[in-house]
Amino acid sequence: MAAIETLVKDLGPKKFSLRGKIWTVLLVAVIVAGIIAYIDQLIQGQQVTNMRDYALWGIYISNFVFFVATSFVGSVTVAILRLTKNSWRTPFVRIAEIIAVASIIMAGITIMIDMARPDRLLNLFVHARLQSPITWDVIIIPTYIVISLLLLYFPLLPDLAILKNHFKKTKPKLSKIYGRLSLNWSGSTIQKKLQSRAIHIICILIIPVGLLLQTVDAWLFSTTYRVGWDSTNFAPYFISGAFVAGVGSLVAVIYVVRKVKRLEHYITEYHFDKMGKFLALACFIYIYFNINEYLIPAFTSKKAESIHLETLFSGDYAFPFWLVTIVGLIIPALILLFKAGRKPKTMFVLSLLVVLGSWWKRYIIVTPTLLHPFLPIQGVPESWRTYFPSLHEWLITGATLAMALLIITFLVRHLPVIPIQRTADEQKDDKLKTAEV
Amino acid sequence: MKNNSHKSRRIFLNKGVKATLLTALGSLGLVKVASKINANSSEGSGDMVELMTTDGTLIQIDSTEVQAMPSAHTDEVAYNVREGMPNRKFVMVVDLAKCKNALKCQQSCNKHHYITGENAWLKVYEMQETKDTAPYWLPSMCMHCDKPACVTVCPVDATFKRRDGLVLIDNDRCIGCRFCMAACPYSTRVFNWSEPKQEFTLNMDMINHHPSPEHGGMPSQIGTVDKCDFCPHQIVKNELPHCVTACPNGVFYFGDKYEDTVTNGEETLRFSQLLKDKSGYRMMEGLGTEPNVYYLPPTDRLVEFEEGLEFYNEFQSVESPEE
Ligand code: SF4
Ligand code: SF4
Ligand code: SF4
Repeated sequence: MAAIETLVKDLGPKKFSLRGKIWTVLLVAVIVAGIIAYIDQLIQGQQVTNMRDYALWGIYISNFVFFVATSFVGSVTVAILRLTKNSWRTPFVRIAEIIAVASIIMAGITIMIDMARPDRLLNLFVHARLQSPITWDVIIIPTYIVISLLLLYFPLLPDLAILKNHFKKTKPKLSKIYGRLSLNWSGSTIQKKLQSRAIHIICILIIPVGLLLQTVDAWLFSTTYRVGWDSTNFAPYFISGAFVAGVGSLVAVIYVVRKVKRLEHYITEYHFDKMGKFLALACFIYIYFNINEYLIPAFTSKKAESIHLETLFSGDYAFPFWLVTIVGLIIPALILLFKAGRKPKTMFVLSLLVVLGSWWKRYIIVTPTLLHPFLPIQGVPESWRTYFPSLHEWLITGATLAMALLIITFLVRHLPVIPIQRTADEQKDDKLKTAEV
Repeated sequence: MKNNSHKSRRIFLNKGVKATLLTALGSLGLVKVASKINANSSEGSGDMVELMTTDGTLIQIDSTEVQAMPSAHTDEVAYNVREGMPNRKFVMVVDLAKCKNALKCQQSCNKHHYITGENAWLKVYEMQETKDTAPYWLPSMCMHCDKPACVTVCPVDATFKRRDGLVLIDNDRCIGCRFCMAACPYSTRVFNWSEPKQEFTLNMDMINHHPSPEHGGMPSQIGTVDKCDFCPHQIVKNELPHCVTACPNGVFYFGDKYEDTVTNGEETLRFSQLLKDKSGYRMMEGLGTEPNVYYLPPTDRLVEFEEGLEFYNEFQSVESPEE
């Protein structure tokens, strides 16, 4: 059991360093600022935003779509890594699940922030109408939250039991909490069997639910007639975009966690190399769908669509569009093709670019389309013809992001980010294997 | 709750059936005849009346057996606001050839719906399809689509479609998600981004008024959508929508598709004939929204386009209340 003790020391919860404390305080400060801004929005109405009748959705919806996309990482890692039994995935899966939980919760909160009458939230249930994509969201998001939580929780059970024993003497109170949470895990065969069966069921569940979630999200847009949204390509386009956003943020978070918790021994360059290939794959699939969404229509499109594409390619939104496409997608994808590009530090920078790119990409999906309605924009103040988020919107956006990061920080602080029991088992297996040889 | 609405629907249906029966009897001419006979009040039989049945055969009945029936029309049939008026289907025809951007329609609509925001429900667009076609003025309001995109996407049924064709908004229910605005291809919906500044305009008129989807903007509510309601509060009074009566050029025709008539207040025309004669069309027919507002093309124009430029204000459609 000595092995487990060292593992607990390495992987288990550790007190925050000074840096950790400053980081948390900073996050809390940003959140408080955002909450104040939100309360003001509640009092004054959405006029504090820069949204108006034409730009009727803005950065809140882009944030929402972004969070939903990022939460897809839960499904992806499970689908590709857990079910295919790749052994190099062990250090990633839990962090991926933590990110998924944090971002899907924030997606739910963000969409409520966009609602102008949150006091009527219950209407969504009392008067629910099944034909509206929003109702599908109301069903699928809580489902995904529950599944993601369970997927985080069940594999944790053995580790929680280990932590309970570990803290028995030093911190009896904490030990009790871990004990409660571990549901009296003793590691008996029956428990193990139950656990693995439960995990297996959730793993299989989360894939279709995750896909559905992205699809519903895409349908929010493609069920309208708007030029640039009214696309049958939108669901796969969103799914592939979510793949990129999810894996990108996974890489970024893993890099930071590895650094802060000194896990170089557990998350090696070999792991980053694998992740890099994975991210490159995601980017290329997304590039492929981008070509389908933008380039192919450029050859065949009707008049209204050509105008829309023109604003993106060479008009008002050309700069952000190309920035996001080239710097946020194509260049990282190309760099990731080289082995030198898959070193941890480079990958961290690249993943940040990719994540920022896919966030701003959502903004480009939402805004230009709204500002190019079928009938010309007339009879409204000139400022309604453009949209750029207001201070309130930025503060609230910052707060939602900070809240997601705070959830991640909290979970990373209190849970073993790399499964202890599993790593121990794997180490044992490895030893057995070497002994056999 | 469910049971209740079911019941009221039953009652309503019953009433409807009775009303139809009454109308049928009325068409037999019984009412007229009866009043005649009642005046004579002849007791003795032998005074036969000749009547025609629904299948067209003539019959004779003793006058004493004929009784007066209450007319279906005097008995006002109450209807459910969410279901709409029975046996009606409202349409509007807009004659683009006559419009010279007088904007009286817009002012009247703004006034009667207490619009205080910065975006009117009725807008007159300056339109020019291509460089070498003539420009024209395009009044546009809610099309009251038969396949309304806004209704499809509303998650709480706050926007709903009635059988008389109207698409209305229940501002007490709307959650302010603005999905309907994104969905509407005609950009006709406006949002109350802030508390509507209606205190001055509204107070007097709100006495005894019960807020209803049938009179949008009375009052408007923060965080909910508004749009053209086709003025059912006028229709029930047997009057035309505000924009129709306000237009000095007779651009708007309002009417009932089932009766096949539309009127602009001055002339009453056959709806189908009008569309055929002047090749009427609907805006963005290709989308499949099936609007109930028809346009007559701006050909053989009666007025100069330039005349309208005088009133054209690219950045304003509602006069600010200070003025
Ligand atoms: S015009 Fe727009 S708001 Fe009016 S019914 Fe059609 S889709 Fe709905
Ligand atoms: S804004 Fe109101 S009316 Fe429009 S879709 Fe949302 S709830 Fe329905
Ligand atoms: S029908 Fe009524 S609500 Fe609609 S534009 Fe005319 S006046 Fe305004």
